[in-house]
Amino acid sequence: MTDTKRNDVILLLVVAFFALFAPIILNPFPSDGPLAQFNAGYPDLMQRFVIYGIFAIGFNILFGLTGYLSFGHAAFLGVGSYSAVWMFKLLSMNIIPAIVLGVLISGLFALVIGFISLRRSGIYFSILTLAFAQMSYNLAYSVFTPITNGETGLQILLSDPRILDAPTGTAQPVTSLFGLEMRDTFLAFEYLGRDFQFTYGYYVCAIILLISFYISMRIFRSPFGTMLRAVKTNQNRLSYTGVNTRPYTLTAFVISGMYAGLAGALLACMDPLAGAERMQWTASGEVVLMTILGGAGTLLGPVLGAGFIKYFENILSRINDNVLEAWFAFMPDGMSDFFVVIVHPFVGKGWHLTLGLMFMAVVIFLPGGLMDGAKRIIDWVSGKNRASKRGAKAPAPAE
Amino acid sequence: MDAILLQILNGLDKGSAYAMIALGLTLIFGTLGVVNFAHGALFMIGAFCAVVMNRLLKLSVETIDETKTDFLGNPLKVNTPYVEAWFGEFGTTMIGYSVPLAILLAIPVMIVIGIGMERGLIKHFYKRPHADQILVTFGLAIVAQEIIKANFGANPIPQPTPDAFRGALDVGIYLGFEANAVVYPVWRFVYFIFAAVLIGGVMIFLNYTTFGMVVRAGMADRETVGLLGIDIDKRFTAMFGLAAVVTGLAGVMYTPILSPDYHLGMDFLVLCFVVVVVGGMGSLPGAVAAGFLLGILQSFSAMNEVKAILPGIDQIIIYLVAVVILLTRPRGLLGRKGVMEE
Repeated sequence: MTDTKRNDVILLLVVAFFALFAPIILNPFPSDGPLAQFNAGYPDLMQRFVIYGIFAIGFNILFGLTGYLSFGHAAFLGVGSYSAVWMFKLLSMNIIPAIVLGVLISGLFALVIGFISLRRSGIYFSILTLAFAQMSYNLAYSVFTPITNGETGLQILLSDPRILDAPTGTAQPVTSLFGLEMRDTFLAFEYLGRDFQFTYGYYVCAIILLISFYISMRIFRSPFGTMLRAVKTNQNRLSYTGVNTRPYTLTAFVISGMYAGLAGALLACMDPLAGAERMQWTASGEVVLMTILGGAGTLLGPVLGAGFIKYFENILSRINDNVLEAWFAFMPDGMSDFFVVIVHPFVGKGWHLTLGLMFMAVVIFLPGGLMDGAKRIIDWVSGKNRASKRGAKAPAPAE
Repeated sequence: MDAILLQILNGLDKGSAYAMIALGLTLIFGTLGVVNFAHGALFMIGAFCAVVMNRLLKLSVETIDETKTDFLGNPLKVNTPYVEAWFGEFGTTMIGYSVPLAILLAIPVMIVIGIGMERGLIKHFYKRPHADQILVTFGLAIVAQEIIKANFGANPIPQPTPDAFRGALDVGIYLGFEANAVVYPVWRFVYFIFAAVLIGGVMIFLNYTTFGMVVRAGMADRETVGLLGIDIDKRFTAMFGLAAVVTGLAGVMYTPILSPDYHLGMDFLVLCFVVVVVGGMGSLPGAVAAGFLLGILQSFSAMNEVKAILPGIDQIIIYLVAVVILLTRPRGLLGRKGVMEE
């Protein structure tokens, strides 16, 4: 047990290190060099890594632990965004009340939807959550237009009745944390040709990510987490022993809904705009992809998957034919053209194709996701070799 | 009264599409037990078979007409499609009829895609959990969608309605209503009749042929049929091909109603899953009935009178029905007892 605890502390420290020094670590290439487009160390993208990481951590608490595959989690993300923007409109531009309201409202929303959807399991549960999410999405566009502002999306205006800090000038109000403006760069320097930027917004997100990660770790190690894993392994057996599993799964559902709401509220804090497209079912599918790609049921996997997908979305979609031609310029003419033609469909606008292929490959060959792949490589390099030298078989993990 | 009739008719074309896609989906689920999220992609591929056929027929040879000049004074270049060059007037008609002709293209294409998909990918997922099947087919759907987008662009591509079926029919007159009270486009009738024939054909095939009997027996108890010395796997693969053809043809004929674009499949997929669940997982008549029922319900809820009482109901009716059905009768309207009832 102490071994697990020590490993957890190490894991948390590693995550903290990467989260806090990300603006440096993610900027390995000189900003005017040929590889500059692989840099990910600019605030906008890093914020998205972290926010979608939180979203995926929350989804993993439901899917990874209980095995209930929800296809409607984007609804909670959307609700969190809308509540946060409303808080900006009505109360103040401080992000704390916005985040609190976003989490609370999406938690309530998740309670209602979870209470109904969890009456069924398996594919029926997936369809029920999908149906609820699609209903929210469609209603956000039509009937709820007074709340959601329909297709335009909800945004803050100068004329908003902000009770605590009513607008004084004509400048567009910006989100802040007790005066620290989210978009503000508090430190920027250049070193060895690399541009480093540090914004308040990113660090707020990063610290919230660390707290979320820590909470998720505590849930994983708690008796509650063990109970959820038992639900995944064999719900029937659990029912036969006289356990009512519904309260446990419902709690997990609400917690993961609140995580999604937190992520949605943070999205709104970084850019105070909320649109219904955040609730569409493809957005729900995206968080499923992130979690599976990283490794469902592992602590680190979802964060990794979220970072991976968001990184490739940004980097691959920016590679156009000119960039490709520059890369293959060293080859003879015909050959470079050939390679450009081959690679072209997979980058730029076609990066979804790469994503789909990657995702299929992971589901087919690596059901445990990237984390499973990493573990296999580590085993192959160290553990397994040693085990075979000793002539002992590696102990099979208990199911 | 005429308003009600009109709404029923309006629901029929969408209902036909739902019914055909749901029938294919149920065939796959009932035989192979696979939850196929790539099914919408099959519908989309079918629709794009129509686009390809249209383009094939329009392949042109460029000739220079010396007698005329264009606005710059150069000899006029005339593009004549090959079919027109070969068949004259008949060729022009053929281009107009590209959508029905595309059926000829779609059948082999869908068989190849369906069987290839089953043998190449889904075969390996029979023993894996439903969640894995959903995920891998979801990935496949993304890939198919992106391939279509890369080759045909992101915009909808309108397809021609054949000349003979253009325009609308004043149905009301035949039934004693005033003129122009119930007007309905002819092609939608054609679509409905096509769907009825196709669905009827599949049903007859399953219920009145030996092959169909074996398949139905396999759906009920796969192991026993296997023990009787019948290669049930091969027949189930054939059924996957059949399901792909039904879905693909539904897509081909739908193109004049709705111009196909790359997210057509995803749009229909969610709805059709709901349809299948409402009808009952694994029940073929259930899928068909639920398809028409939901199509008609959707068109009724779009009436202004209904929307005045329940605003926004037209947006959510299908999902609402699904939620109610799943909570009160999880095996669906016509589902067999015990199938996927947990």
